[in-house]
Amino acid sequence: MKKIVDFFFENLTKLTALFSLILLVAIMAVLFNEALPAISAFGLSFISEDVWAPNREVFGGFSSIVGSLLSTFIAMFLATPIAIGIAIFLSEIAPARVKEPIGVSVELLAAIPSVIYGMWGLFYFAPIIRDIFGGNGIGMLTAGIVLAIMILPFIAAVTRDAMNTTPDMLKESAYALGATKWDVIKDVIIPFAKAGVIGSIILALGRAIGETMAVTFVMGNVHNISLDLTAAATNIPTTLANEFAEAESGLHYASLFYLALILFLMSFVTIFVSKIYFLRKVRKSK
Amino acid sequence: MATIAEIKEKRAVEVKDFNFYYAGTVDPALKDINLPIPKKKVTALIGPSGCGKTTLLRSFNRIHDLYPGNRYEGEILVHGENILQKNIDLIDLRVNVGMIFQKPTPFPMSIFDNIAYGLRLKGIKNKTELKDRVEKALKDAALFEEVKDRLKADGSSLSGGQQQRLCIARAIAVEPEIMLFDEPTSALDPISTLAIEKLIIELKDKVSIIIVTHNMQQAARVSDYTAFMYLGELIEFGKTDDIFVNPKEKLTEEYITGKFG
Repeated sequence: MKKIVDFFFENLTKLTALFSLILLVAIMAVLFNEALPAISAFGLSFISEDVWAPNREVFGGFSSIVGSLLSTFIAMFLATPIAIGIAIFLSEIAPARVKEPIGVSVELLAAIPSVIYGMWGLFYFAPIIRDIFGGNGIGMLTAGIVLAIMILPFIAAVTRDAMNTTPDMLKESAYALGATKWDVIKDVIIPFAKAGVIGSIILALGRAIGETMAVTFVMGNVHNISLDLTAAATNIPTTLANEFAEAESGLHYASLFYLALILFLMSFVTIFVSKIYFLRKVRKSK
Repeated sequence: MATIAEIKEKRAVEVKDFNFYYAGTVDPALKDINLPIPKKKVTALIGPSGCGKTTLLRSFNRIHDLYPGNRYEGEILVHGENILQKNIDLIDLRVNVGMIFQKPTPFPMSIFDNIAYGLRLKGIKNKTELKDRVEKALKDAALFEEVKDRLKADGSSLSGGQQQRLCIARAIAVEPEIMLFDEPTSALDPISTLAIEKLIIELKDKVSIIIVTHNMQQAARVSDYTAFMYLGELIEFGKTDDIFVNPKEKLTEEYITGKFG
């Protein structure tokens, strides 16, 4: 009897685990299938072609793809150093009575739904950007900064957790050799937490690439690549969120799916890389 | 509580009327400690768990200061200077008083960089000097032969016993006058333990050593002097041979004969 229960239970868990794999493959298959007309029409040059003209039935994903890379880059560039600063402060410098409230507030910031960041960005932040940098406040720069603010608490919280895993005895060993607090942070804590920090940065990167709501509010959805960061622009999630409802032709529809497939692969790769980092860390610590 | 006056040896450290309070506590963790630490000898601190021996050890390099709220009273004199004063430079103090911990603590860097770490903190940048001093420290810690071909390998790639000798090499590289050992072999196998004990005995030619140990055989094997502590107080201090063969206090005798502990 016990054997039967074991057999049943084992296979049940196996099935649930398998389900997530099936889901992943199924989503990829659907994306690919729906994108097929656009893939056969434009091939790989879809990636490098920047004309997006639904009226002429010509579609190229370049402006959206570059927009995704650029908005993500701006966000990471701004958020990473500040987040690491916050993490160092919270894990090593802040006195205990400050540590707890600030730590919790950082975690709460990470939990705010992205649509709220989008609303705040559009109604409050965009005018500030407009007044400082010119343009109409809607565009790549605003989107990048809103994204940065959104992922900042996430990187800060995960980095702090990674730094907190540094054993006290290891830190004390460095202090016992005459190290200052800064020496200990730079030579012991950061190297010790490195894998966790890089992992958190890449996870945040994955989040920034796919983030839709916050960005759609402030991006402008103009298929335009410009060095002027204050100009309205687009990225993949913005294009998708804005255009599905009005996609009339089959090719427009298929091209949006093609973009979705590309986004899927971009996120997939970043998460995959970050997992390798995390796994490597786990293996090392054994 | 006798015999302190009888110690004729030169003193590396002198503890006077010392009390210690952990943050947020009213009762002292250490009460009225008076203890001379003889120069270039091994002094063992023994006693049951919670007796304060590690707390006392961690006062000699003021590592307690890393945790706010801890409080010292009284004096700990090194070269006649009270190291508990507010204006003491803790970095100088800790360069002069090295410490080895209960578990090996290699830094996340190469074997070479581990040893060079303290030297670089001291401001030594000259490559030949660094190399020479790292090599000397490794030789003094009886580790050089085992690692000379892989100085660039990660410190954590060594075995537990080698890692602990690496930590000892790292500490002696900066040439401290005093070294603190906090149960240095508690995480090691018997063979590695013997290697560390041999090393401690060799080191006393150059440095004054204070070792906390749970293991009475270890105290008997390595130390010249022994201090027995109980419930935050120093019960008895004297030559290790006297303490183990002919203890004056009943409590010491009971602990040494295994009646409690």
